Amino acid sequence: MTIDPAEARRASEAVPSIPCDAEGPVFREPWEAQAFALTLSLYDRGLFQWPEWATVLGDEIKKAQAAGDPDTGETYYRHWLAALERIVAEKGVTDTGTLRKYYDAWDHAADRTPHGSPIELKPEDFR
Amino acid sequence: MAGHDHDHLHDHPHDHPHDHSHGSELSETQLRVRALETVLTEKGYIDPAALDAIIDAYETKIGPRNGSVVVARAWTDPAFKKALLADASKAVASMGHLSRVGDHLVAVENTPQRHNMIVCTLCSCYPWEVLGLPPVWYKSAPYRSRAVKDPRGVLDDFGITLPKNTEVRVWDSTAETRFIVLPMRPAGTEGWSEEKLADLVTRDSMIGTGLPLNPAELDSKVK
Repeated sequence: MTIDPAEARRASEAVPSIPCDAEGPVFREPWEAQAFALTLSLYDRGLFQWPEWATVLGDEIKKAQAAGDPDTGETYYRHWLAALERIVAEKGVTDTGTLRKYYDAWDHAADRTPHGSPIELKPEDFR
Repeated sequence: MAGHDHDHLHDHPHDHPHDHSHGSELSETQLRVRALETVLTEKGYIDPAALDAIIDAYETKIGPRNGSVVVARAWTDPAFKKALLADASKAVASMGHLSRVGDHLVAVENTPQRHNMIVCTLCSCYPWEVLGLPPVWYKSAPYRSRAVKDPRGVLDDFGITLPKNTEVRVWDSTAETRFIVLPMRPAGTEGWSEEKLADLVTRDSMIGTGLPLNPAELDSKVK
């Protein structure tokens, strides 16, 4: 999985609100780029089409606004992440329960890993 | 769901509003992304071997070059420098090369009297938007603990020796306030363009564990 510039540009044209500069999408923190790359990768696999993605993302943004999100752009990739979680569940790739299980496992892995060491998931993290 | 300052609060000797509910520093969003990534990898939807390529993408898209350009502008444009020191978030956003800048970015200026260094003693808060990925040592326990106790010793490890009468000031980052060091412009660069000056500005010089290259060092780096 790479962030192919042409692919990234197509995504940013299809989903016009992606924060961009002249060279394509820009990110504030690594997890944002990661969430973006995961989405591109799933698009490559044909899991969804861009208009479909834009609808789900737009819906997540609306929901967040209704819940009081100022929607200044700072939270854009939080909505993106919520849309990603939703679309993989809607497409039957996984479900929220499984994602929760893995979330908790990573949380456990982080907990037992001292600062400065790479955090790795191990079977015992799934209790 | 706030990314930071959730769960339980810890007693700290100073006010440091981090997410510190874990032994290591994974925010709620990082956990969610990791969960997705693991599940999608296990199901064969994504290829984990290509993760390095994503890291490359971070480095070019949110890399320290963003910060270098900011420093070079401050060296050449006194009005911009004044604006940067007054409100770095606003000044950096005004350059337009980033669509978003985190809240409360603070620029601290090195002078002959004072050298600045940044650290996050409790985890690894870092000005991503101008410096990209933090280096591994920045996140390491030895740097985090020694930077405050023995900043000159740390600088020594980085090969930096400052004049005895230069004060070393260490800035402890928080989730809300991150720092970037504005290093001193090297001698012998009069009349240089912003672009050429930016080549002198290293990542470490903006963390305070290094100094900008001088013209001779730049020459040898190019050759």
